[in-house]
Amino acid sequence: MDTIFFIVMRRMRAPLITLVSMYSIAILGLVVIPGQDAAGNLWHMDFFHAFYFVSFMASTIGFGEIPFDFTEGQRLWVTITIYTTVVVWLYSIGTIISLVQDQSFKQALREQRFASRVKRLRDNFIIICGYGETGRELVRSLTSHDQLAVVVEEKWERINTLRMENLRQFVPGLCGDAGNPEHMLKAGLRHPLCTGVVALSNDNELNLKVAITTKLLHKETKVICRADSHDVEANMDSFGTDHIVDPFDLFSLYLATAFQAPCLYLIQEWLSGHPRQQLDEPVYPPKGGCWIVCGYGRFGKAVFKRLQDEGIEAVVIEMQPEKTGQPKALCIKGRGTEAVTLKEAGVETAIGLVAGTDDDVNNLSIIMTARELNPELFIIARQNRQENYALFDAVDEDMLMHPSLIVANRIRMLLSTPLLSDFLGLALFNDDAWACELVSRIVAMVDVETPVVWELEIDEESAPAFCIAIDAGDSLTLGEMLLSPRDRKLQLSCIALMHVRRDTRVLLPESQQNIKKGDRLLFCGKSSARSKMSWAILNENVLSYIRTGEARPEGTFWRVLHRMQRRQG
Amino acid sequence: MNPEKVVFGFFIVLALTLNFGFFVGEIHNPDHHHVYELFAVIVVNLIATILKFGDRTQMGAVLLSTSLVALLQLFAAALVWTIAEHVSEAGMTASVMASIVSLSGGAMLANVVSVVLLVIETVMLRR
Repeated sequence: MDTIFFIVMRRMRAPLITLVSMYSIAILGLVVIPGQDAAGNLWHMDFFHAFYFVSFMASTIGFGEIPFDFTEGQRLWVTITIYTTVVVWLYSIGTIISLVQDQSFKQALREQRFASRVKRLRDNFIIICGYGETGRELVRSLTSHDQLAVVVEEKWERINTLRMENLRQFVPGLCGDAGNPEHMLKAGLRHPLCTGVVALSNDNELNLKVAITTKLLHKETKVICRADSHDVEANMDSFGTDHIVDPFDLFSLYLATAFQAPCLYLIQEWLSGHPRQQLDEPVYPPKGGCWIVCGYGRFGKAVFKRLQDEGIEAVVIEMQPEKTGQPKALCIKGRGTEAVTLKEAGVETAIGLVAGTDDDVNNLSIIMTARELNPELFIIARQNRQENYALFDAVDEDMLMHPSLIVANRIRMLLSTPLLSDFLGLALFNDDAWACELVSRIVAMVDVETPVVWELEIDEESAPAFCIAIDAGDSLTLGEMLLSPRDRKLQLSCIALMHVRRDTRVLLPESQQNIKKGDRLLFCGKSSARSKMSWAILNENVLSYIRTGEARPEGTFWRVLHRMQRRQG
Repeated sequence: MNPEKVVFGFFIVLALTLNFGFFVGEIHNPDHHHVYELFAVIVVNLIATILKFGDRTQMGAVLLSTSLVALLQLFAAALVWTIAEHVSEAGMTASVMASIVSLSGGAMLANVVSVVLLVIETVMLRR
């Protein structure tokens, strides 16, 4: 910024000096040349009138000859100066205006405004590099959870869409290269409140560079990267990138879960997606039979591998097998959109189909053709672009894979409820019956909408009432936390998913579990339960009602009165 | 020899000398202080100020600020003169003249600082 500012100042020298010199020559001439007043006496124009006259003459306003009519000599001088001052005026003002409107100067001003806005942030924030579909989705869900964000994006149109977006928080956006450390510093990489950096661009190299920059310049910051090649993932992992999100691997993991434990898959879907959506139906991908995988790119490979791990036979349809590599199975050359190829792959007898090319129209066409040939197929569709949402909704596939959405949900979970990702990881070690029981508990609790998930840490800041009670020597149990502050005979509609004390993690803790300072808890439930719970957490009187069933007098006077009454009684 | 430095030094010193020329004489006597001289001081000071634009050094910043002070004082002096001559009924009196000259004296002080800084910079360069 500084450089360009000084360059502009320096370039303003010449036009300004020309303007000043031309003005002073014209003024001096007018003062020196003798004139006449109304009565015909000799009169010299003074500096005040000369400056006034030159000012309106140079800017081509022209009020006429004042205060008295000019003599021939004065007119001669004015004729000369009209041309010179007007030209100089236009030149100088034109140059200065064009300097101020210079693109690089404007960009410098914008960058400076952005940097000062970031500097003024007074709450923890996250830097998001890349405002494509994923970035947009992530910013939307982060701001709706009251989390501040800062965006760095290379394309100007995308920054404009960010400005248009109706977000709950103001999100400063910088049009710049996230791979440039200068820009990352402006975005607040060294800001003490910067808690995380998320690299979301489609360019693996750029994400890698962001990760390196962050780890070098601000080591404590959490880095989350999107990557879709195992090569780059290994590279990122080598220098301590905190989380690497690969949408294709993630989806194939979900798919494996769906094969082995449908209820667990359902829990994953409900808890990690957007809260308060329609509850999904469970899916049961069929196992006994042949699957067809259309497209053997990154997605096709990941799914194919999972299918093989599950011991399921699969046929691949790929347009350019020489480019993508030959799978260790039957591979048919073709697009998959036409009936011939699908029939060749045995669509009539197959049980499942994966439409996994990187073209949405092809995927839709594959699905519709295959459905006609075999309406019983279990269909997994890959959606590449957000705007085709309605089409995929209409085609009604059994499982949908949308990379941007998967990445955004995953990252939001890592940032806002890290305990949930621990929970889901540990849940994989339990059998499906355990998960099915949890599913039925959740359904009974929330009816139709997916539950809200939240974390609670027992400390002075987020649970002051609890801390006071614990300091006073009372022992609190988890069961007491789950009582309604309105009527303690009622339970809040929420479930404690996990209790964490130091390194011990307990899934679905019992209600007798006692609560100590420093414990962390993960809940899911209705959002109304969350707000009711915070009542007891923050207010000691409410807490004491929940624990004893007695409404404690609140003011000092009433407390003294209460004590006296009790003593008498 | 750097032609930029020549022009720069020329205008800064000229601003001081002209300012001094206007300032000397009996402070309240209008005959000792000519309006042309004030005009010249203002124009030269303006040019000197513009020449200092865009210098990124600490010295450049201080030079620019002294020039701005001088300009402020001189504009005030010119304004007082104009008001006395054209707006007020009393016209040019001794007390008005005294205030104009004292304002220009302040500007001269700022110009002296400018020149001193210039000399210091030159001495430090030793080239």
